[in-house]
Amino acid sequence: MRWAVIVFPGSNADTEMYHAIKDVLDGDVSYVWHEETSLEGFDAVLLPGGFSYGDYLRSGAIAQFSPIMSEVVRFAEEGAPVLGVCNGFQILLEIGLLPGAMRRNQQLTFLCKHVELIVENNQTGFTSGYEAGEKITVPVAHGDGNYYCDDKTLGKLKENGQIVFTYAKNINGSIENIAGITNERGNVLGMMPHPERAVHTLLGSADGAKLFESMEREWRERDVIRT
Amino acid sequence: MITVQVYVSLKQGVLDPQGSAVKQSLNTLGFSEVEDVRIGKHLTLTIDAEEGEVDIEERVKQMCEKLLANPVIEDYEFTIEEVVTS
Repeated sequence: MRWAVIVFPGSNADTEMYHAIKDVLDGDVSYVWHEETSLEGFDAVLLPGGFSYGDYLRSGAIAQFSPIMSEVVRFAEEGAPVLGVCNGFQILLEIGLLPGAMRRNQQLTFLCKHVELIVENNQTGFTSGYEAGEKITVPVAHGDGNYYCDDKTLGKLKENGQIVFTYAKNINGSIENIAGITNERGNVLGMMPHPERAVHTLLGSADGAKLFESMEREWRERDVIRT
Repeated sequence: MITVQVYVSLKQGVLDPQGSAVKQSLNTLGFSEVEDVRIGKHLTLTIDAEEGEVDIEERVKQMCEKLLANPVIEDYEFTIEEVVTS
């Protein structure tokens, strides 16, 4: 399985993402600079956290037009797995692969701490390794993580089981405590907390590792069907 | 040359945490008449074109919808001004 970590000017969690795949899964992972135009040969795409383009205008607003992004859209539309963490989630919202938008945190402060999440849906290619309703500890580091969508969109998210992670305690004002959602098809996940920063007990938590292991298992099972 | 003033604001009904904090502060300073504050963005675009040459209004609308505003949470409006160059 080949993993791509997309790097934008201003990405800062790309190294952790790379490490999570390389050293935890012993996976085949490469950095892909945002000016590239092909994802040929890759099986999963990871959009890391950071401050792409300095968060100018809005978080993720400018990165959505990087050359690689039209290829990421094509990749996602083919059903391949795409994970966006933090700024990666914001980019997925801006480009419209996921519904809704981010507002400034309700209390206006940048949040950088470990938080408790609830796995709301473990029937996805990202969360099959977790128990339904399992509580996990993963760090957040964001200023614009206050998720918003209109009532109609919220209804659809609930109906389709697209709300994958919620905060056990609302930390930033997000509606319905939303911390992570998928698209309707379930192959694109965006989340504000950083699973790649919780892959070893030395980091304070290893609860994020199961997410990458779930992705790998999902790919293996699909690969068996393909061949 | 044409100057376009673009104003981007959060939609009514979308909570504006920055606006709320500023409102609180104004009230604390004694400006108790302030009932609501909404914070937006003001962009000034300088465009190399003459009025009537291209459909500026349509072009600016596209700019707002593609990049300058996020239609999920923001509204936009703009005014077009012709700049007389000497």
